[in-house]
Amino acid sequence: MYTQALNTSDADDRNVEDATRAAAFQARIDADDRIEPNDWMPAAYRKTLTRQISQHAHSEIVGMLPEGNWITRAPTLRRKAALLAKVQDECGHGLYLYAAAETLGTSREELVDAMLTGKAKYSSIFNYPTLTWADIGTIGWLVDGAAIMNQIPLCRCSYGPYARAMIRVCKEESFHQRQGFEIMLTLCRGTDEQKAMAQDALNRWWWPVLMMFGPPDKVSQHSDTSTKWKIKRFSNDELRQKFVDATVPQAQFLGLTIPDPKMKQDEAGHWVPGPIDWDEFKQVLAGNGPCNRDRLAARRKAHDAGAWVREAAAAYAEKRKRRQFAQAAE
Amino acid sequence: MAVANVEISETPLVLYTLRRADDALILGHRLSEWCGHAPTLEEDMALANMGLDLLGQARELYTYAARVEGKDNDEDKLAYLRDVRQYRNLLLVEQPNGDFARTMVRQFFHAAFADLYWRAMMQSKDATLAAIAAKSEKESAYHVRHSSEWIIRLGDGTEESHHRAQTAIDDLWSFTGEMFSVDGSEHGLIDAGIAVDPVSLYPQWLKTITAVVNEATLALPASNWMQQGGRGGRHSEHLGHLLSELQSLQRTFPGATW
Repeated sequence: MYTQALNTSDADDRNVEDATRAAAFQARIDADDRIEPNDWMPAAYRKTLTRQISQHAHSEIVGMLPEGNWITRAPTLRRKAALLAKVQDECGHGLYLYAAAETLGTSREELVDAMLTGKAKYSSIFNYPTLTWADIGTIGWLVDGAAIMNQIPLCRCSYGPYARAMIRVCKEESFHQRQGFEIMLTLCRGTDEQKAMAQDALNRWWWPVLMMFGPPDKVSQHSDTSTKWKIKRFSNDELRQKFVDATVPQAQFLGLTIPDPKMKQDEAGHWVPGPIDWDEFKQVLAGNGPCNRDRLAARRKAHDAGAWVREAAAAYAEKRKRRQFAQAAE
Repeated sequence: MAVANVEISETPLVLYTLRRADDALILGHRLSEWCGHAPTLEEDMALANMGLDLLGQARELYTYAARVEGKDNDEDKLAYLRDVRQYRNLLLVEQPNGDFARTMVRQFFHAAFADLYWRAMMQSKDATLAAIAAKSEKESAYHVRHSSEWIIRLGDGTEESHHRAQTAIDDLWSFTGEMFSVDGSEHGLIDAGIAVDPVSLYPQWLKTITAVVNEATLALPASNWMQQGGRGGRHSEHLGHLLSELQSLQRTFPGATW
């Protein structure tokens, strides 16, 4: 999902923790207690969460770029205002999540630097281009829809600041998802060209969206500790299945065709997708998606071009402090 | 297939309202160009906020202009189906974002004016304009505060930020005079107590600008030469590019509903 690079082993990083404290910690988790910033926690718990929350934050910020690509071209003033407000919401989520990650002891600057140098990851989905207005509808409908599937369980995550951030984020995401679906509905009820635009967008986004949930359970290296610590409550495949089951009837309602001729409904009523091309997923994670370089370049450019502004603000704050100090001394 | 521009019956009140709507849309559009690219996340949100305020003002003003005109136009036709010669905004608001200093100086010059303007317009005998002004003034008051704080930070920050802020002031100064000019179409509305006479706002605007610029250790240019033309549709080269982007879908897919 927004934190795909977590699918790696953490074994080397595990410290030997004080056994009594660790047991007490696990007992609190088992009792569905929330862990707060000043509470004792195992180093690996802190590290896992720092990575997960900061990757989520990076995804929100990089995710502003594909949608931001259409703000200046939105087709009506109402759509323009809604899209600008939506992308602004994503920025707010990023800010909120960096703040949650900072409660674990790493500064926003360090976290952002890790993203800009390519060390930290963000969701693979934002490495695909937005080519038409229908992509904006599709991102809201499917990308935000998939994000919600993943994030609703995170509202019950054991780490308090993350869980609380997710409650707010999910409220806004479900609004975005409805907005995206409404864009699609308008296109599908529009001219033949608009309907073709909607189908084309679905064709391009469907498989990358399914990949957002991460590798299949049978090959996922996701450690059991995330489950034990109640950070992750459902497996990748479980969440993917939930998403597909929710989405297929929506596509049918829109009159669009899911671009998967092998998809079948099983006896239990689940829509089972055909094989996913995991090589594409690996390539995108490795930096070879269509937009990886553009996305990082855009974030680096904003960061570098803004350096003198941040320096000016810091210099002014320092001057002001000195003047106030001098005044008080008089 | 090319889409024809809409025709507007520019009666004084329609033209007056359109001019303010165009100011708000074009400046809002410029601010929206920053989205995802600002110097800090906090500022990304602030720029989007101001952009959204201005878009909201534009929508109300276009809707009112269309209603006053009483033809088949609406907010989207007015925004998306007029070409550069039909746009009536100030030259100041169409100037490109440039660096952050330039964006903030443009915002500051305009907001310091708009805030006084909306406050005066709250007394308009036209109830709709008075209501739009009452809402817009709350927004412009924040825009003044936000941009003036940045002018001070940049002017009194580092050598580089001082230089950039001063360059922006020097470059944009000649576009400020147009805010205070009045043509024949507005005199009647001013006399009738519907429109605001911007000339009366100039001393207060200059006082606000001077105070902030002085605190920022910056200086206003000595030159008093002022560019004019936006109100009559004689724009800089920049507006055509902005409009070709803004209007691309409406022009490519005539008559579609979005």
